[in-house]
Amino acid sequence: MATVETKNIRKVFQEHTAVDGVDLQTREGEFLVLLGPSGCGKTTLLRMIAGLERQTSGDILIGGRVVNEMPPRERKIAMVFQSYALYPHMTVAKNIAFPLKAQGAEPKTIDARVKTAASMFGIERLLQRKPRQLSGGERQRVALARAMVREPDVFLLDEPLSNLDAKLRHMARDELQQFQRRLKTTTVYVTHDQVEAMGLGDRIAVMSAGKVRQLGRPQEVYDDPADTFVAGFLGSPPMQFFENDGALVGFRAENLLPKAVYSSNEPLVSFWYRVTRVEDLGADRLLYGSLRDLAPDTKMIVNLPSTIHVPLTPGEAYEFACKVNDLKFFDPKTGLRIPSRPLRGKA
Amino acid sequence: MATGQALHGAGGKVANFGIIAAFAAFAAFPFAWMLITTFKRTGDLLDPNHNPFLYSQPPTLENLRVLFNDTLFVRWAGNTMFIGVLVVLITLLIAVPAGYSLARLTGAIGEQLGVAMFLTYLVPPTILFIPLSRVVSILHLQDSPWALVLVYPSFTIPFCTWLMMGFFKVIPKDVEEAAMIDGLSRFGAFVRVILPMSIAGLLTVVIFTFTLVLQEFVYALTFISSAKNFTVSVGVPSFLVRGDVYFWGSLMAACFIASVPIAFLYNLFVDRFIAGFTVGAVKG
Repeated sequence: MATVETKNIRKVFQEHTAVDGVDLQTREGEFLVLLGPSGCGKTTLLRMIAGLERQTSGDILIGGRVVNEMPPRERKIAMVFQSYALYPHMTVAKNIAFPLKAQGAEPKTIDARVKTAASMFGIERLLQRKPRQLSGGERQRVALARAMVREPDVFLLDEPLSNLDAKLRHMARDELQQFQRRLKTTTVYVTHDQVEAMGLGDRIAVMSAGKVRQLGRPQEVYDDPADTFVAGFLGSPPMQFFENDGALVGFRAENLLPKAVYSSNEPLVSFWYRVTRVEDLGADRLLYGSLRDLAPDTKMIVNLPSTIHVPLTPGEAYEFACKVNDLKFFDPKTGLRIPSRPLRGKA
Repeated sequence: MATGQALHGAGGKVANFGIIAAFAAFAAFPFAWMLITTFKRTGDLLDPNHNPFLYSQPPTLENLRVLFNDTLFVRWAGNTMFIGVLVVLITLLIAVPAGYSLARLTGAIGEQLGVAMFLTYLVPPTILFIPLSRVVSILHLQDSPWALVLVYPSFTIPFCTWLMMGFFKVIPKDVEEAAMIDGLSRFGAFVRVILPMSIAGLLTVVIFTFTLVLQEFVYALTFISSAKNFTVSVGVPSFLVRGDVYFWGSLMAACFIASVPIAFLYNLFVDRFIAGFTVGAVKG
């Protein structure tokens, strides 16, 4: 086991800065997710940790040692690629054995370890097949088995679930987490999928334009976004904003509810919400509308769970409310969080 | 309806079979012709009243005797083999790493360099022969098989480099990066992962190069002057065509013997060979 640390790491491709001074440190055995939209530098960062890309400046430490000059093979890491990158000319057994063979392990050891890895992922019956004879889910397991077989200090995973269909992805996510918890190997996981990030990560580093915007536990990042980018990137629908008294005020669609459903002793902020359209999605009702008095021209979405049965008619305004703490305030220029303050204007 | 379909299916099969049979006959015809002529007496062959496909006089081994006893055919075949194997090795040794480097390590320049290299292949050998003959004479390689070992790679390497470049380009980068993380150096990944995945390309290079050596005539004729150093492609027409006298039987025997191994090799790897030339055309 080891930690991964990057110190002020930068990567410049010709004119374009892909990673711009990232400082990150994982904890022992942690599952750290790098989350961000495509082109934010998360994969480049992962590739620099792996040694596949050389950083323009800054240091990378694995297990406390600076590994800047080390080729990938000496970094004691294993990586699972988005494409799985199985060796197509080898059987599954040989694919899994490959890292051990490259290390020069004894045939007996190789055999035993391949069997253990295969049984861990339930792929014993596939050992003699070639990768092209496997389904997406099976390939992913083979890639994971190959990654864990030589017991690396760190796992690096680059969107390993993105090639699976939605149903399989759910299962694979669960398996992946169980497997990581069991091995307790420090893991850095790259994804652009916020659901994956929230579900898997011990902590999430949200990246944008080559920088880490926020690092924290999933709930922390979701509830207390550091800036408007993080607030807008996480959540579906994302956090919604309206301007008030020189500040951007944000709230989550599920935090605004009809005032009647709250108990009376909670500190609330109430709004008149004009409903323009109702979408019934089964488990939820999505309301489209606007805050009648505070921001009549800004479209706001409200997500009501189906357990709330208040009748709502398009065209009418209703009194909605959210808890005081659920309103987040941001500086409209920098996008950064600022302390909460009372709302001005007629609520 | 079902009967109609069955008939249609049977008709289709017959048509398919007919077309394939016609092509097979077309492709096999030169071999059959060579084989028949090899064992024909000259009188039988030259008589216009005789059916050329049948033996009107009893078959003979005389043509083979002339080929093996009265000419240096075995020696020429040996020379061809020697030059062929060396040229194949040299081409593999240079074109394969060069193709890899151009595909992987030089970015956009690699592509342009690859095209530029391929363009050199368009210069006709009859023009290249003038500067090359200077080189051969400076190195004192006139009348030596080594002259051909030196010269042939100058046109096999550019083409094969370009060919291999196409091969390496379609191999996903992830695979070799995975190998590098799994414990190999870049060179190790190249040898143990990339090369085994490029067998089709390597075979294409081998067959293409060897065929070229076997059939090349201009350089072999100009750089080699003594009979003992000839290759098959020069020795056979030089010695079995005397003035306007053609030793048809022996000529055909020589051609048959020289072409069968290559034809056999092609057949063995025909699928991979086609893959070699169409790689990149369709994204695999």
